[in-house]
Amino acid sequence: MIKILIDGKYYEVKPEKNLLETCLALGIDIPHFCFHPALGSVGACRLCAVKKFRDKDDTKGRIVMSCMEPVTEGLIVSVEDPDAKAFRASVIEGLMTNHPHDCPVCDEGGECHLQDMTIMTGHNYRRFDFPKRTYNNQDLGPFISHEMNRCIQCYRCVRFYRDYAGGKDLNVFASRNQVYFGRHEDGTLENAFSGNLVEVCPTGVFTDKTLKMHFTRKWDLSNAPSVCVHCSVGCNTIISERYGSLRRIMSRYNGAVNGYFICDRGRFGYEFVNDEHRIKTSQIRLGKESKLQPVENEHIFASLTDSFSANKKIVGIGSPRASLESNFALMTLTGKENFYHGISRKEFLLTRKVSDFLQHSGVISPSLKQMAGADAILVLGEDLVNTAPMIALTLRQAARNLSDAEAKKKGIPLWNDAPVRELAQDTKNPLFIASPFSDSLDEIAEDTFHSQYSDIAELGLMISERLDKKAPDTKSGGNDLLKLAEKIARHLKEAKNPLIISGVSSGDESIINASLNITTALLSFGSDVMLSMVFPECNSMGLALIPGNSFEDIAGLNGTNEIDTLVILENDLYRRADEELVNELFRISKHIIVLDHLPNKTVLRADVILPAATFAGSEGTMINNEGRAQRFYKALDAENQVKESWKWLTDLIKIRNGEVKWIRFDEIVGFLADDLLIFSKLKNYNPGSDFRMLNAKMPRQTMRYSGRTAINANISVSEHKLPEDIDSPLAFSMEGIPENPPSSLVPFYWTPGWNSVQAMYNYLEETNGSLKGGDPGIRLFEPGKKGENIYFKQETKSIEIKKDEWKIVPAFQIFGSDELSSTGAAISKRIKKPFVLMNQEDADILKIKSDDRVELEIGKIRINVEVIIDKGVVKGLAGLSVNLPGMPFISMPCYGKFHKL
Amino acid sequence: MERPLTKHIKPGFTAYNLEEYKQVGGYNALLKALKNMSPGDITTLIKTSNLLGRGGAGFPTGVKWSLVPMDVDRSRPKYLVCNADEMEPGTFKDRYLLEGNPHQLIEGMIISAYAIQAEKAYIFLRWAYKKAEAGLRKAIDEAYKAGYLGKNIMGSGFNLDLYVHSSAGRYICGEETALLNSLEGKRAIPRTKPPFPAISGLFGRPTVVNNVETLSWISHIVENGADWFKGLSLTATGGTKLFGVSGRVKNPGTWELPLGITIRELLEEHAGGMSSGYKFRGALPGGASTDFLIEDHLDVKMDFSTVAAAGSRLGTGTMIILDDKTCPVSFIHNVEKFFALESCGWCTPCREGLPWVEKMLLSIEDGTGKMEYLDLLSFNAKYFGPGNTFCAHAPGAAEPLQSGLKYFHDDFVKHITDKKCHWR
Repeated sequence: MIKILIDGKYYEVKPEKNLLETCLALGIDIPHFCFHPALGSVGACRLCAVKKFRDKDDTKGRIVMSCMEPVTEGLIVSVEDPDAKAFRASVIEGLMTNHPHDCPVCDEGGECHLQDMTIMTGHNYRRFDFPKRTYNNQDLGPFISHEMNRCIQCYRCVRFYRDYAGGKDLNVFASRNQVYFGRHEDGTLENAFSGNLVEVCPTGVFTDKTLKMHFTRKWDLSNAPSVCVHCSVGCNTIISERYGSLRRIMSRYNGAVNGYFICDRGRFGYEFVNDEHRIKTSQIRLGKESKLQPVENEHIFASLTDSFSANKKIVGIGSPRASLESNFALMTLTGKENFYHGISRKEFLLTRKVSDFLQHSGVISPSLKQMAGADAILVLGEDLVNTAPMIALTLRQAARNLSDAEAKKKGIPLWNDAPVRELAQDTKNPLFIASPFSDSLDEIAEDTFHSQYSDIAELGLMISERLDKKAPDTKSGGNDLLKLAEKIARHLKEAKNPLIISGVSSGDESIINASLNITTALLSFGSDVMLSMVFPECNSMGLALIPGNSFEDIAGLNGTNEIDTLVILENDLYRRADEELVNELFRISKHIIVLDHLPNKTVLRADVILPAATFAGSEGTMINNEGRAQRFYKALDAENQVKESWKWLTDLIKIRNGEVKWIRFDEIVGFLADDLLIFSKLKNYNPGSDFRMLNAKMPRQTMRYSGRTAINANISVSEHKLPEDIDSPLAFSMEGIPENPPSSLVPFYWTPGWNSVQAMYNYLEETNGSLKGGDPGIRLFEPGKKGENIYFKQETKSIEIKKDEWKIVPAFQIFGSDELSSTGAAISKRIKKPFVLMNQEDADILKIKSDDRVELEIGKIRINVEVIIDKGVVKGLAGLSVNLPGMPFISMPCYGKFHKL
Repeated sequence: MERPLTKHIKPGFTAYNLEEYKQVGGYNALLKALKNMSPGDITTLIKTSNLLGRGGAGFPTGVKWSLVPMDVDRSRPKYLVCNADEMEPGTFKDRYLLEGNPHQLIEGMIISAYAIQAEKAYIFLRWAYKKAEAGLRKAIDEAYKAGYLGKNIMGSGFNLDLYVHSSAGRYICGEETALLNSLEGKRAIPRTKPPFPAISGLFGRPTVVNNVETLSWISHIVENGADWFKGLSLTATGGTKLFGVSGRVKNPGTWELPLGITIRELLEEHAGGMSSGYKFRGALPGGASTDFLIEDHLDVKMDFSTVAAAGSRLGTGTMIILDDKTCPVSFIHNVEKFFALESCGWCTPCREGLPWVEKMLLSIEDGTGKMEYLDLLSFNAKYFGPGNTFCAHAPGAAEPLQSGLKYFHDDFVKHITDKKCHWR
């Protein structure tokens, strides 16, 4: 720590930060635009000017930019100096010469960093009396709206999009006061992180197009801290409501997980919550052949009494997209012996194997933050860009570690972004990618190896053999493969923090075994190796930690045993297994109860449908791929008969046992923690529902929330009682203390003077650090002793090139492969038609061209797909898009035949 | 009076080819440097000579070189870049050297590259200098064939490749770090300093960027020594300088003269005095980005420190004359319009302030200006001050503006009160 003097007051600060971020962490407001804590400093906007003095005798001083000023022992500066203040105001005056001042019609108004900064500098009187410069705007696709006239040229957008996220199709064009930020022509922004432009842009150039469809000012939104449900990474989000519909999703800072950003699937995938087809009433079928019809709660419960009587066999099928509590409530209802996981047997075995390994092998299951520190990385078989986009984004930052070390040697501070990048040029950390298809991460890889799974597994096994002689022998692959394995093994061995990334989405056990064996080999000599395994869904890990087997193993599925009552929790089983198997399950079940949000094939088979609240209307816990338990809170109050699945299941338990097991959320978590040892930490890790700040709950709404007494005026002019929330310390109200709630309970960012997302500075210990009070979430398991692990024996054999058959492997899609997000209007526009990837040679054999449609035959399934020629795909292999709307369940990898249409 | 840089340049004749250049002693200095001097010896010599950069800023060349890390392997590759992007309005001195004696520059560059142990060198050339480009390419060809460039130059074991890069034509590329970005194929915006190019320059490697005139000196200093160089000027700085005069004078042009001659001498003796019917009102002594000097300053000596003491800068040493039949407001408007158009758009004061200044000046010139514009122009000139902006572009633009407002205040006021320009 060093001592610096700011406006006559001494502060003890860390030397590695710049003056601007140091001041922001100290709570000293310095206006700024171009600095962003994730992007560093570039000194472009000149707004963060302060006065720097040589020594105590220097009374004149000189203006410096605080973002470009290293913090050094004895530094003397003044933020309040009149020259510095006047200069800051004149920077705003300059920017305002062309800004349209269209705040009343601008979506950013009320949470605009430019508005905040203008007020903070005190500039108000306009002296520029010439016409303003104007631009044309572009159509940037379904996610982002573009209004260039508002631009203040801070360059944050291109720095985020290109430098940070690796995007190619947004750029800065022209020069002088004509600089233009956009695409070379109208068109959809291709990068999977484009939505962050909404938060990175300090004004209203890039705004959320989905919000525009049902626009609400920030101050009128009712918000809650939530967790993304669209992949297994578990990014933290802020979800916002008005008039009962979910209006938007923003990133919620978590220093250990997603930092400042989220991907586009996470941000724009929320529209299913407002879907017109949402199930909002309970429905019942009064006879196998009759139709479903709405029913009051009391009648449902009465009708279910018989189905739940003590002598009935009740089977429950849980879900990797439902909360831990809902799954636990179902298990409590059915008993452990009758609780099944609603995933395929293959997926079940793989996830169980992986989660066991992560818990007991002594390996580090890393957070995104830990991954960002990796100095040698191997990706085995996982298409991160599509299955865990934020991990891909993290790897882009980890790729800079080597050059960061070089910069440090040359005395360049890491916040000084441009020089660090200029010095680095194309220097990259060793990153190796072995996967079936090429993707956008390839460009930052040292080596890539695109082949079929067995070859990838073979490479993995060769690496483990080179790391530890005790690892299973491999048959000798080709010379090139051997060299590559040796190179990767060497890098992993020499690295301080090596990182292996794989996942279960390949559906291929040999890949999993190979990645676990590499990890075991590294652990055998005490390496601090990290193993990050990607899971298919948001709570796959949580489900894997609950006892039970795959629903494919339900006894009697192939026999005559009947199920009296089958309860299916938030799950479309037709996405999980062959249609015949699911039909058989329904055939042997006398009474089927389904809890879900949206109609699907499984819902249509139900005798009773119970409307389940989505994540946005629920409180719950999910376990991400790291093993981190994260709590999410509701922004939507209960509507019609909709309620959380665990509450429905509580009702069913009462019908069955006559007892009310729990009422409040805290209570079910208590039972869960007592019942299953792995969850024992969950009991008190978050403030309970009785937590209060100054005797008040935390407000979900801002102080300026308007219309509380008028919202329901069309129904009744008397003021409605505020909805109660017995499950959390958050209130559906603007009353309470909006500033600095506990870190897990941040419903929105706001501090006096800071209405934009930049208010988050005041929630952090320091820029890029932890939230004050610690980053939310709790890791359920920590790496234990690096034990002697057992190697998995794995035979690999190359695909037989069959004359008319192709090996079909899954090609995941960020937009489309995920069930819930795919129904939204915006995401729908980004979803491709079902397709196959294959190489030119194979296409020639089949006499087909790119964009042709072919029929793909897999077993009894025949589907129509579009052909995409991809030179990265090896011969004999074809990548089939996964779970796109209209596609049946197909268990991959498998073999398939193509028929020309 | 010695004129080492221009001795072998004869206007109207083609430049010396390699043979002709050698006949007048060309490449002797290179041989001397490679055979008898270590890289460190050369840097020390240039430091001792006190050769100040001739591009406009006047930074000591030897000091710049001495910042380059000289450890054997870790810093490789290293680069030498010749800044030949001469785009300062009113400046045409480098063009004279480039067209007139390309081998002098090439020899200087080889010795300089040897001094900093660079293996690659670039000449970043203004796009419009087509004749210079052709001459350079021919001369470089000759030098390669003669073994002065390429591998193992003159048996010394030193290797150097030299490339000509014809730029896309932006004023900001004259700023050395914007030049480097442009040379890398990136947007021509200046870079953050520190780190200086000597630590992290072209492609992130140690790099020295020197002006054409600076590099043209190197062979002469190596051959004749530091004391000889110091003795060439009338002041303490050392050396001669290419000076130039443009505007309504009888004999506009560029001449090599000792540092320290007075403006009056330059104007009267070399430029032949004002054209008949025109009177001197002022001059931008070192290109468009320097403060006006007026009649009171005619006896100021043309050297870095003396021109600075008079309130301006020596800059490139090529002055633009303002006469009594040219409207000073229009003159300044023209200059500021240039700067507004050439702003790279990176930092706010430059990007937003210069167009504002340009609009106010045009408005005053057109007779629609307001009296408060005078304060706003001064405000903007201060707003562009050094340290307030990212690079020296806007501070340079502020110089003719702030001094023009001071020296020609009455003309501005008259435009506004009479709502017209009396020169029109």
